[in-house]
Amino acid sequence: MSARTPRTVVTGIGVATPNGLGVDDFWAATRIGKNAIGRITRFDPSQYPATLAGEIQGFVAEDHLPNRLIPQTDRMTRLALVAADCAFEDAGVRPGDIPEFDMGVVTASTSGGFEFGQNELKKLWSQGSQYVSAYQSFAWFYAVNSGQISIRNGMRGPSGVVVSDQAGGLDAVAQARRQIRKGSKLIFSGGFDASICPWGWVAQLANGRLSTRTEPERAYLPFDADACGYVPGEGGALLILEDAEAARRRGARNVYGEISGYGATFDPKPGSGREPGLRRAIELALADADVAPGQIDVVFADAAGTPGLDREEAEAVTAVFGAGRVPVTAPKTMIGRLYSGAAPVDVVAAVLSMREGLIPPTTNVTLSPEYDIDLVTGQPRTASVRTALVLARGYGGFNSAVVVGAVD
Amino acid sequence: MSDKEFTLEVLRRILLEGAGADEGVDLDGDILDTDFEELGYESLALLETAGRIEREYGIALDDDVFTDNPTPRGLIAAVNAQMRESLAA
Repeated sequence: MSARTPRTVVTGIGVATPNGLGVDDFWAATRIGKNAIGRITRFDPSQYPATLAGEIQGFVAEDHLPNRLIPQTDRMTRLALVAADCAFEDAGVRPGDIPEFDMGVVTASTSGGFEFGQNELKKLWSQGSQYVSAYQSFAWFYAVNSGQISIRNGMRGPSGVVVSDQAGGLDAVAQARRQIRKGSKLIFSGGFDASICPWGWVAQLANGRLSTRTEPERAYLPFDADACGYVPGEGGALLILEDAEAARRRGARNVYGEISGYGATFDPKPGSGREPGLRRAIELALADADVAPGQIDVVFADAAGTPGLDREEAEAVTAVFGAGRVPVTAPKTMIGRLYSGAAPVDVVAAVLSMREGLIPPTTNVTLSPEYDIDLVTGQPRTASVRTALVLARGYGGFNSAVVVGAVD
Repeated sequence: MSDKEFTLEVLRRILLEGAGADEGVDLDGDILDTDFEELGYESLALLETAGRIEREYGIALDDDVFTDNPTPRGLIAAVNAQMRESLAA
């Protein structure tokens, strides 16, 4: 065993969001602030209080996946499997190139396969139990994306799923990094959720935070005086993480950035009067990455979109960095909150920001004068980005922060 | 209840509807004596297939029908025998 701690780098990306399928489309849309929130088309939303979502249009799973996988997969799994294929291709790795026990899959999940489950529940109550698909046994399950990616690509190393709502997207990346440090050569990480179906919608409405506005440009306005909740979206991203040294040895063609720091905290009991945990999560991540606040070039905000949570985030950022001292952005204003997929997509946006030297904008938002943050609104901003901080919070008190650094 | 005969054609349709088909497998080919496993169907795919046959013909199959009959020829015979049995009952 060597004494060095392996560095974990991102060497492949697969991404599917409402504004872009694949790295190039995603970045072409995101860098210019292309909105993709609209009225729901996947079902008739007229009888629900919230009617807007970020939907992925034009994804035909049958064009990309073997026919055997279609009857056994939810939409979120189909998206994840295709993203995994893209990530392998992007990394220049074929599944068989690395021993199967040296490759694992650690993804995050918020909902599981709600649309698949809804269809089977419908059969259960309208036709009877004998009509329920045998694949319901796993197709709805949180861990199914990890499992299906692992089976399809012969990855039998350390694998699992993290369930901590939106924070899970970063917690999964951190767990993947732990496995790299323990000796795995390659770990898939990230998350996908896609629950824009009536059952999934009702479940999401239960948290009371969904925007009920009907104008797509006025519905999800984090850090705006007019903030009124969030719009959900579907999609996510998968990252191939490798030991930097192993990636160098195999001549990896893309080394997008390093996962250099991570911190996670849990909020105190509501009503306790104690400070929320986000500030500490940020400080832990910076300490883990061994960087000072002044070295962070951009913060990708969680951007909850409800006034109380926006205030907590703005206060945490200001407490660590000082008022207006670091650019903050929330490209998720274009596509909605993707649950487990949101933070992995922000990690992708962060490394692409480094590559281009451009911070994508927070769309539709006018910064409330109550917040002392330098929010990048309206237009993208040219900037040298060497180190980025990605924040994510999960319903119920999860706070996670990841530092992503440039690799020379 | 059905007085239809369970045929290879029906089995092909049910397999496709319930579990799809592997890329490398030609279900329209001569598959009567090829093991289901070789055709790319794991236990869950077979469970789904059995459920669909039961639904369509209103019969109950043994839990180990695929263990006892690992090929389409054997399964077709077993399903037809089961149908005759339940008609006679």
